[in-house]
Amino acid sequence: MAITPPSVRIWWKEPVSKIELSWIIIAFFWGLFMFFMMVYWHGAGEQNLSSEAYQIKPEQYAAKSKAMIDAHTVREENGFPVVRPPPGSDVYLTGRLFNWWPILEFEKDQTYRLHLSSIDVQHGFSLQPVNINLQVHPGYDMVVTIKPDRAGEYGIVCNEFCGAGHHLMVGKLYVVE
Amino acid sequence: MSKNTEFRICPTTGLKVDSAAEKLIKANAVVAIIFLAIGGFFGLLVALTRWPEVHLLPADWFYLALTAHGFDVLLVWIMFFEMAVLYFASAVLLGSRLAGPKWAWVGFGLMLAGAVLTNIVVLQGGSSVMFTSYVPLKAEPGFYLGIILFAVGALIGCFVFFGTLVVAKQERTYEGSIPLVTFGALTAAIIAVFTIASGAIILIPTLLWSVGLVSHIDPLLYKTIWWAMGHSSQQINVAVHVSIWYAIAAITFGAKPLSEKVSRTAFLMYILFLQLASAHHMLVEPGFSSEWKIFNTSYAMYLAVLGSMIHGMTVPGSIEAAQRARGFNKGMFEWLRKAPWGNPAFAGMFMSLVFFGFIGGISGVVMGTEQINMIMHNTLYVPGHFHGTVVAGTTLAFMAITYYLVPLIFRRELMMKKLAQIQPYVFGIGVAGISVFMMGAGTLGVSRRHWDMQFADAILPFDYPSAAFLMMGLNGMFAVLAALGGILFVVVIVSSVFFGRKLAPDEKPSYPEVPPQAAVVSQHGSAEHLRIPGTAMLVAIFFIAFVLYYFVNWKYLSEVWPLS
Repeated sequence: MAITPPSVRIWWKEPVSKIELSWIIIAFFWGLFMFFMMVYWHGAGEQNLSSEAYQIKPEQYAAKSKAMIDAHTVREENGFPVVRPPPGSDVYLTGRLFNWWPILEFEKDQTYRLHLSSIDVQHGFSLQPVNINLQVHPGYDMVVTIKPDRAGEYGIVCNEFCGAGHHLMVGKLYVVE
Repeated sequence: MSKNTEFRICPTTGLKVDSAAEKLIKANAVVAIIFLAIGGFFGLLVALTRWPEVHLLPADWFYLALTAHGFDVLLVWIMFFEMAVLYFASAVLLGSRLAGPKWAWVGFGLMLAGAVLTNIVVLQGGSSVMFTSYVPLKAEPGFYLGIILFAVGALIGCFVFFGTLVVAKQERTYEGSIPLVTFGALTAAIIAVFTIASGAIILIPTLLWSVGLVSHIDPLLYKTIWWAMGHSSQQINVAVHVSIWYAIAAITFGAKPLSEKVSRTAFLMYILFLQLASAHHMLVEPGFSSEWKIFNTSYAMYLAVLGSMIHGMTVPGSIEAAQRARGFNKGMFEWLRKAPWGNPAFAGMFMSLVFFGFIGGISGVVMGTEQINMIMHNTLYVPGHFHGTVVAGTTLAFMAITYYLVPLIFRRELMMKKLAQIQPYVFGIGVAGISVFMMGAGTLGVSRRHWDMQFADAILPFDYPSAAFLMMGLNGMFAVLAALGGILFVVVIVSSVFFGRKLAPDEKPSYPEVPPQAAVVSQHGSAEHLRIPGTAMLVAIFFIAFVLYYFVNWKYLSEVWPLS
């Protein structure tokens, strides 16, 4: 029994039954398959995160974000600047207590270098209803090259607990034709 | 043999039971169940707040309750119970005296002091930082201090366990190799040492930071090391609850492992590979290379997952072999149909096995896939997954073995047998529902750790799909069911332990009823005699579900915006 010492003292020399062995082999190859599936997707799939990231001081990040907002704001909405950066450019989205700053407006099927960072605590970038979720750290600037393929109005929920007003932290992103 | 050691002989198993070990098992188990009650209560408050139509607590209380819930059940309940299991698997199963019972009591005292301190600090309100306490969110120093004290106490417990193995070996209290269950507990204790070391590496500097002696803690570094503790501690749970599956199969059916070699190798894989799991939490963080993520998140090509898949066959397989040896040979599933479903220990154990595999296991592998993680990270899918592993898996298994601990260790007759009989079903179905509906809500994007999915007070509006609200309503209802199951457990066990009829020293407990054991369970490990078609079918169903669900999620991923 499993609660007594093995009845056969030299238990490591006992043969393994066929049915157990078959399952071990199947499970092992399934594991290998799942492993190489991740590698394969880097070549064949379109959803892979880059490892491009930089250490940055919150003030420096805020300054880059401000320069972008000053250059490309097209209108205001509820006190938020709506920024329409040129396709292909570097876009700086800031997570802070308790909003995503600014509102972004992208063109459909264009590519943007989206930078994500926080100027205070950790936040969670949760783009809805697309359901892309990325962790946003203070002191780190993560770059994601993103290509919105459907027009519409999207919400950016904060999905990392960031303090008493966490549930107020909603941002917005437009994708236009 | 130490001169102060007292033993009694267990009338059921014939094992020699050291009274010092027995007292420690009782104390740890009782405190564990008290914290299960406290943490479970906080969990119910959380679920009722996330039920949109109920929305019970105000925001600050919600975040407080969620912090307390995570700490009390994920850490305190489980670790106290694991200490009881370690002492049981060493001193009792090996018929040995416990090494250094005084040290074990010191460990117990530190754990209790730490648990109480952190709870008090959390209830004071200034430390609602969640159980993970990601810097730079800052809790009161007592929050970290309590966790550190608790961990030091647990570490002492692990060394008492190791010491007991040495004592038993030296004093030749057993023949040959240690039992499989003890071996599983040993893997758990080894992983625990690694886990607690990681915790010390990160929480001691964080404590110093919270009192102002350290100026900065890097948030990415914190997260990486914190999860070397946080995720590895879940691997302790897996090793322990798998050991409990084997133990319940042995006590209930006299089941022998199909192959000692295979089962022990599977446990060994946990030690070798499970520590890589910190990467599961770093898949959408800035700066990690894909090579690092793929290697670590897959536990080096899924070798630890392989370990669990092996146990998933060998545990039911050993039960089937034992039942068939008793004559339940009709068709594929007579052995399972005629299993003692009214015995709460067996019922809880079998549900734990099924739910851990189908709900917690499959979802964990899928979510831990490098790219798929980005459509699940920090959504409710995450707590959906780990309620499948830690609650439906670990907690249900711990509850199940408690039904044997009461008569065998506490030496009390179980009270309220009818309630005990339905308890695992009420709790198990409740928790399975919680897991499934949280995963459903997470697939629809709903954030975890979030007070208001309607965003009523946010400046910019956003609406989740109405199906997500339905999911959260169902989650709330099943949480009530699970809470009911939890209350039944606490009531039955606490009443039995304190007011149940004392068993006479030589009395064999009559409940939970154990079927008469086959005199000889067929020679395990030998290919000619082993026939387990029912288990093979169950494993095939599991495998098909796994493959289908895996590809469904790649399909979901392929539909989101291209990004690189």
